[in-house]
Amino acid sequence: MDTLQLLISGIANGCIYGLIALGFVLIYKASESVNFAQGDMMILGAFLAIALINTNQADLPFLLGLAIAGLSLGLFAYLLDALLLRRVFGQPQLTMVVLTIALGFVLRFIIGAIWGHDPVSLETPVAGQRLDIGGLAIPVIDAVIIATTVVLVALLWLFFARTRLGLAMQASSQNQMAAYYMGIPVKRVVSLVWAMSGVVAAIAGVLFAAKGAVEPSAGLVFGIKAFAAAVIGGLGSLPGALAGGLLIGIMEPFAARHLPSHVAQVSPYALMLLVLILRPSGLFAQVRQKKV
Amino acid sequence: MSKPRFKTRYDDDINRFESGGHRLQYLLLLGLALAAPWLLGSYYTGELSSVLVWSMAGMGVMLLVGHTGQVSLGHAAFMAIGAFTHLALMLRGWHFVPALMTATLVSGISGALLARPILRLSGIYLAIATLALGILVEDLAIVAEPVTGGVRGLIAPPIELFGLTIDRHGTPIAFYYLCLSLVVLVTLAYSNLLRSPTGRSFLAVRDSEISARALGVNVTRTKTLAFALSCAITGLAGALYGHLVQAVNFESFLVIISIALLLQVIVGGLGSIHGAFFGAVVIVVLPQGIAIARDLLSDVGIRVAAFPGLDMAVFALIIIVLMVLEPRGLYGVWLRVRTWFELFPLYRKGLFRRARSYLKTERLK
Repeated sequence: MDTLQLLISGIANGCIYGLIALGFVLIYKASESVNFAQGDMMILGAFLAIALINTNQADLPFLLGLAIAGLSLGLFAYLLDALLLRRVFGQPQLTMVVLTIALGFVLRFIIGAIWGHDPVSLETPVAGQRLDIGGLAIPVIDAVIIATTVVLVALLWLFFARTRLGLAMQASSQNQMAAYYMGIPVKRVVSLVWAMSGVVAAIAGVLFAAKGAVEPSAGLVFGIKAFAAAVIGGLGSLPGALAGGLLIGIMEPFAARHLPSHVAQVSPYALMLLVLILRPSGLFAQVRQKKV
Repeated sequence: MSKPRFKTRYDDDINRFESGGHRLQYLLLLGLALAAPWLLGSYYTGELSSVLVWSMAGMGVMLLVGHTGQVSLGHAAFMAIGAFTHLALMLRGWHFVPALMTATLVSGISGALLARPILRLSGIYLAIATLALGILVEDLAIVAEPVTGGVRGLIAPPIELFGLTIDRHGTPIAFYYLCLSLVVLVTLAYSNLLRSPTGRSFLAVRDSEISARALGVNVTRTKTLAFALSCAITGLAGALYGHLVQAVNFESFLVIISIALLLQVIVGGLGSIHGAFFGAVVIVVLPQGIAIARDLLSDVGIRVAAFPGLDMAVFALIIIVLMVLEPRGLYGVWLRVRTWFELFPLYRKGLFRRARSYLKTERLK
């Protein structure tokens, strides 16, 4: 029973990692680059939601606050790409990596300057409630996290596989020039992907803040861990990101229980390094032969 | 206005200095560096030593990122290896020089050993793998207590050299000259390396692995060598850093330092030795500048609450502006300014425009 309890908590954590990893994958799919500020965007979403929803703040209804936080982060990410990141379009990948790392620092500073550095958590309608299933006490929030993640991944997968815009996004990531010749407005498509990843980051942030507490500096560590998840799953694969997130989420509580604390702390990164060395393109690889 | 230069011999392409005037400039710079302690006073001499140590670390990163094109987000790990090896040996009674050499060697060898599995990756994946490495070393520094002193870390003993006792606080000027001579040595070796076939093969690998292979460069060997050399220089910088800050523990080499190192060489300008120095100046001068600005503001009555992380945020903003306007960093700005004067009044705006490349996926056929 104990193990099962640990497992469910691990799955819920893993879903949050998976959601942030989804943000990485979205950006990677569209522009073959990595947004190192994803973790900080998640924290920004969490703090926005807290500012809108908590009773000592704006005190809006939960779902309304959630929607506003999600949409404003989406808009923020769209504008970020349209106004700033688009300017380095066509330059080496490293430029984008460095730009987003720097953005992460700036975001972290701004969040800290506005909301302070104390951990805060989000008030939810389901706080403290538990579901009792066959002797297992599952926090309702864990169930909500798992359900939200499953629905979101399914929606995104359908979006990429079935809609015109999803196909356009895939096309512009595979060959920008060819996509442009086919009449796809590549730049706008990339900005839209950023907006989507912003919304996903906000949702992840809200779930994270509802389960525990957030502080501005959590973004870096969480971002790196979620990144490990995305890499383990294979950057570029949506189900892979979720699987990688789950793997890390489940591994963590068990490692913390059965291994010495130093080993447990670094286990996600050790796993990532192992996967990178043995299977460089992740467990759900999409890479085949790279041609000249 | 300078006279037009014509190359009349093949050696002109690989000469270290383009002309006599060029050589004179560097001699002047060296003279200035030698005279600095008398011009600046002991506090700023200490800061200058700090610039030199970061320049050294920057050169290590530059060799790998700027000249071989392999991105590393975990170089603080090798600074840690260098610092801990060096200090642990010195605390066991070794002399400064052999301890320093052993530390450099150990960092280089560990770099070479790690290079084989890691350098099979490229681009973003390589950056991530090195990032993971940086995080692992953070915890390894606690676990390997007999060498690293565990959570408490190690305290640097004073350096005994040529009958002198050199200590960063006791004799800052002697410490400065020690750093300066090591940095000059490494810089000379670095610029010589770039003139040699090995250095040329680094550049070839950076610009196109496929063409390099076609020209007969052993890409794996070249990358491994670059990684090892880069780690050795960074390890040397780490050992000096140990003496600079006097005490190191696992917190001295957090992953954030690795990231800052990468950002440092990018601010300075990738692909030039100058860049490592420019970046180090920014890294050291910026916090000082912000502190001075804060004091000035509070003098006129504006209270700037001490925002934690302000230094890093300002640094990040500089990076963002540079990335958008001049991706080759401060060295690029310097080149433009110099060319503007050299060509006056004929400078054209598009002279340094870079070719854009359009993305093709690496994931699918």
